[in-house]
Amino acid sequence: MSALGELGSLRGKKPPGQKKDNLAGYLFLAPWLLGLFLITIGPMLASLYLSFTDYNLIQAPKWIGLDNFTRMLSDERLHNSLRVTFTYVFVSVPLQLAIALLLAVVLDRGVRGMAFYRSVFYLPSLLGSSVAIAILWRQVFGTTGLLNQVLDLVGIEGKGWISDPSTALGTLVVLNVWTFGSPMVIFLAGLRQIPSMYYEAASVDGAGVLRRFFSITLPLLTPIIFFNLVLQIIHAFQSFTQAFVVSGGSGGPSDSTMFFTLYLYDRGFGNFDMGYASAMAWFLLVIIGVFTAANFFASKYWVFYDD
Amino acid sequence: MTTETLRATVTTRRTGVITWARVRPLVTHVVLAGSALVMLYPVIWMVVSSLRPGNEIFRDPGILVKDLRIENYRVGWNALTEPFTRYLLNSAVVVLGSILGNLVSCSMAAYAFARLEFLGKKFWFAIMLLSIMLPIHVVIVPQYILFSHLGWINTFLPLIVPKLLATDAFFVFLMVQFIRGIPRELDEAARIDGCGRGSIFLRVILPLMVPALATTTIFTFIWTWNDFFGQLIYLTDPHMYTVPVALRGFIDSTSSSSWGSMFAMSVVSLVPVFLAFLLGQRFLIKGIATTGIK
Repeated sequence: MSALGELGSLRGKKPPGQKKDNLAGYLFLAPWLLGLFLITIGPMLASLYLSFTDYNLIQAPKWIGLDNFTRMLSDERLHNSLRVTFTYVFVSVPLQLAIALLLAVVLDRGVRGMAFYRSVFYLPSLLGSSVAIAILWRQVFGTTGLLNQVLDLVGIEGKGWISDPSTALGTLVVLNVWTFGSPMVIFLAGLRQIPSMYYEAASVDGAGVLRRFFSITLPLLTPIIFFNLVLQIIHAFQSFTQAFVVSGGSGGPSDSTMFFTLYLYDRGFGNFDMGYASAMAWFLLVIIGVFTAANFFASKYWVFYDD
Repeated sequence: MTTETLRATVTTRRTGVITWARVRPLVTHVVLAGSALVMLYPVIWMVVSSLRPGNEIFRDPGILVKDLRIENYRVGWNALTEPFTRYLLNSAVVVLGSILGNLVSCSMAAYAFARLEFLGKKFWFAIMLLSIMLPIHVVIVPQYILFSHLGWINTFLPLIVPKLLATDAFFVFLMVQFIRGIPRELDEAARIDGCGRGSIFLRVILPLMVPALATTTIFTFIWTWNDFFGQLIYLTDPHMYTVPVALRGFIDSTSSSSWGSMFAMSVVSLVPVFLAFLLGQRFLIKGIATTGIK
């Protein structure tokens, strides 16, 4: 069903006994192959090379060995950006998925107007990555923003949520959680696949709502939860626009929303320190790779495949 | 719905709990409608606020409009270096180019993966799937260097040409999934009628994969329209700004008077996304459900 499942099942499939058609195959694949080498693999190798150099776009790259990487070890701002990114990923992704799952389960129980609710909950996923919504967030969580105006009505005195370093990241977490609609739609599709006879059998045996959820829904949904988890983590590690716009491009206040990607942009395109930015990009790739691999490894212990 | 009511009556009769069974759907609706309202309230409020005098943004959390004013739109439209029409047109060019690129290149690659047998197919397919998950940051620096050597900075080429080369591999995967659902007998019939690979693709597969093409069109439209990172990096000349990059220009002038026009232009920038959502939600939901991405 999914790209991940597809990747896992590649080994098992036997090739069908069809005649090879190399010329046509490669002709149809030509644009993609060209893109793969020119736009993806070529630049990947180039950035690997650049990560061992000092390069400012004007002078030729100068080989400096591992200097960029040792510099990363002592770069306090980089360490801070890692902390910020990890906090963001590991708070917002579980929250987002929990809400997505909860609403999917509620909607799946045959609520009238389900399609309408699904659309309404899904809409923020489409809007969430836009600059316009980031601008809105800047206002809503500002000192005189919508949230504080509402809090004022009930007599609570708010504060500048975005200008306070202790809550600025929280506003971005809220923004990511707000886009729970797309994992919710994936959960809904997964819930449809669960045969209703399981529930009927459990009801006959006297299982209650909670028991049915924890003994049937949750185990059978673990492949989808896993899939959503992997994707949303990869996605969250790469977040850029919201932090950039909400903080006015600075990652502030006092670097509290300085995502790794923001710092990378700042080094590469703010200071034209392309060598260091490339080293950072590869480090990001390694982090994402490690977490994805760890996810796959851990999945053996909690993901349940019903076949 | 009928089984639900049936089950409700059965439980009522059996246990005698009339109230909860009757009340439950109502409670569910109140909770769902309530959360939907809370979620969308800020967006609705932004639309309403954009139609009010600028300073009321900081005073009125309500969504009632007493007198409708389009002042913010008039001012916002001309507040930046270029009239906003220019940015909308620039965005439109990038979006249309990207859609065209994705439709042509991704459908070709998908046809090869789904229908043709060739050497190294599994290997390339695995690479294609992996490339979906590759962070753009790993390639952005050398890409920038490459495109600046070609003299493509401040043109739309760095944003469009990669799409012509099927770098949005997600759509290749989406189309592969779709083509696999088309019966192979149709290909066979066409082949017996004397069609080659090319005409099978053009005359049989393409017409049948219109739903997948529609999904691709809508997703490409929304993602490209919203995309900020690439456009921020490649477009530095205000004449070439697209809508997201132009909107960012508003933020630099954060005096409270500009918030009204900033909201107005933000609303303008969201209208196409909202329309695409209204017209295409059937394809969007299906697209996510079958491929599980985004």
